Amino acid sequence: MDVLEKLRILTDAAKYDVACTSSGVDRGEPAKGGIGNAAACGICHSFSADGRCISLLKVLMTNACVYDCKFCVNRRSHDTPRAAFTPRELAELTINFYKRNYIEGLFLSSGILKSPDYTCERMIEALRILREEYRFNGYIHAKAIPGADAGLVTQLGMLADRMSVNIELPSQTSLSLLAPDKSKEAILRPMGLITGKIEESTTELARYRHAPKFAPAGQSTQMIVGATPDTDYQILNLTEGLYKKYKLKRVFFSAYMPVAEDPLLPALTTKPPLLREHRLYQADWLLRYYGFRASELLDEAHQSFHPLIDPKCGWAVNHMEEFPVEVNRAPYETLLRVPGIGVKSARRIVKARRTGSLDFAGLKKIGVVLKRAQYFITCSGKMMEGLRVNQDAVLRSLISEHCRELAYEPEQLSLFGESKVLPEDITKCLTGQI
Amino acid sequence: MLDGTNLIYRYDGSMEGLLCCIFESYEKKEMPCGISPQDEAQGTLFREKEITTDRKKAERVWTAIPKKISREAAELIRLCFLSCVSEKELLLLKFVRLGFHYGAKVTSMLTNDTVDGVLRAVKALQNESHQYKEFVRFSDYDGALVAVIRPKNQVLPLIAGHFCSRLKWESFMIYDKTHHIALVYREGKKEIVPVEELIVPEAGEEEQKYRKLWKMFYETIAIEGRDNPRCRMTHMPKRYWEFLTEFEEELVRDRAKNVMEDPTRNALPAR
Repeated sequence: MDVLEKLRILTDAAKYDVACTSSGVDRGEPAKGGIGNAAACGICHSFSADGRCISLLKVLMTNACVYDCKFCVNRRSHDTPRAAFTPRELAELTINFYKRNYIEGLFLSSGILKSPDYTCERMIEALRILREEYRFNGYIHAKAIPGADAGLVTQLGMLADRMSVNIELPSQTSLSLLAPDKSKEAILRPMGLITGKIEESTTELARYRHAPKFAPAGQSTQMIVGATPDTDYQILNLTEGLYKKYKLKRVFFSAYMPVAEDPLLPALTTKPPLLREHRLYQADWLLRYYGFRASELLDEAHQSFHPLIDPKCGWAVNHMEEFPVEVNRAPYETLLRVPGIGVKSARRIVKARRTGSLDFAGLKKIGVVLKRAQYFITCSGKMMEGLRVNQDAVLRSLISEHCRELAYEPEQLSLFGESKVLPEDITKCLTGQI
Repeated sequence: MLDGTNLIYRYDGSMEGLLCCIFESYEKKEMPCGISPQDEAQGTLFREKEITTDRKKAERVWTAIPKKISREAAELIRLCFLSCVSEKELLLLKFVRLGFHYGAKVTSMLTNDTVDGVLRAVKALQNESHQYKEFVRFSDYDGALVAVIRPKNQVLPLIAGHFCSRLKWESFMIYDKTHHIALVYREGKKEIVPVEELIVPEAGEEEQKYRKLWKMFYETIAIEGRDNPRCRMTHMPKRYWEFLTEFEEELVRDRAKNVMEDPTRNALPAR
């Protein structure tokens, strides 16, 4: 089998992995004769037809696998062509793509060939060739193989910038149902190991500048959304827990794409819950950059996000007692909670108001989305001129055009043919007067 | 109010030249209504004034800026000059005047039109520079890497450091087709030189192989069920596609389609 065909098979098998970021670490100039660096902000190099960024050469070492996870294209029982890169083939491919500025580095995952240890060893060999022989100084994201020896996982982490273990499904029940060979413990054990190693390495770095670094760009994970009945509430709580307990850099969500027929799985004709995935990412951002807690966004009584308005607007309409906020005085943290004000515009407001008081025209220039923010702010004690606060208008302005499309396309089930949704219905939905 | 509403400055198009215009404006206590490079020949009803470039005058203005305004302002001026915003010279003159008046706080006056104009221009330049870190595609011609780009702003000075560090032990060249300049890096030395035209050689076998592999990867990595052309277009606008390896064939197809759909084609007499 030639490299072209191998690349096709092993890319096709890897494409459902979500993470493709190359962020989190600055790597300086390459050693003599080497190649590559890395920027902490991350660099995408292309965007595929599905709009997702391509930053890394995302492939599997092999798509042969001893496991039989029902949601996975590479499961043992799936009749599909199998291939495997040799470590050297993979290293050459990476270097040649990198040199041409096609990619920022390598994302290496693998099916389990023979045993977790054997698989891990082959991955280590590929990375060793890259780092030692080619003196490759670009970004490497490696998947830790659950069940592999701790020593091997450590070796892998010494060669990689970021490591990840897929949590796959958001609960133990879902796992035992769909991935009978994997248990929550088997997944969390390597995750904990990596967290420990990263901490160890940072304390050592503080002591010795040249101490070897273990996964300096941190750890991430991903889970599948929509294959099982787990709710947004459960998923978001789990996410928050992972950030806190395992100090993860990112948690990725992947809308379930039906890849197999199984009575335990959604039907093959089910569309991926893209909107739900989008809402979870929005909430994830609120956790990481906006100082929200998961419990503020969802609770026992409200277990899923609203399809029409984003989580931040949702929180704001339910907490009108916190508004309006005076933009000329409110602290940064409070500004961040206003719909229509993001991290950048909040920072600009704080900077600009030092030189003089801000009015609505000024806010617009700064980049605040007044269409949303107008209902929640005052400038020097005044609301926007001519603003009439009626609930219908507020809600309509909070629903973006884009969302309206999304909301009706992939998500809504239609049992009785095409149904027209009137603005009144939307209001009813939002205010809970159904 | 300063005099000179019907006056236009002509300068040599260099940063130093512009600094001399600023000097002139202060010395003569006049405010021109336009500043344009000499080679941009435009008939005008306004009075024109040639500003000759004088290193000493430029130096004086350039050292006064960080001292009397701030280093941040000096950096903004340097960057804004590389941007493609229309009438950037006049914008910068206004900005400098504002800076000398208000001092360091000028860069926080985000609601001022002039400051906003400068910041926007710089942001556009920086965004485009970042996108060219992403979308530059090199071809390997016997060990020399060559890429062609067509940016709106002058991005080469901003991306030079990134590529020189990344490809420290290689030789490469990035040709800017808009401004006819090229970044050339060889044996650890970089320079930006004027290049009128660049004819790239035919790709060798090895190069063809990797292009093919890359296209295969690009096409395979997309998930059909999530097709989202609009999202792709937002992140990677079509003006970048021209030199992207992954779209080589797509563009050829597009061109062929255009020929087919060209109405004048049918108008040709049948042979």
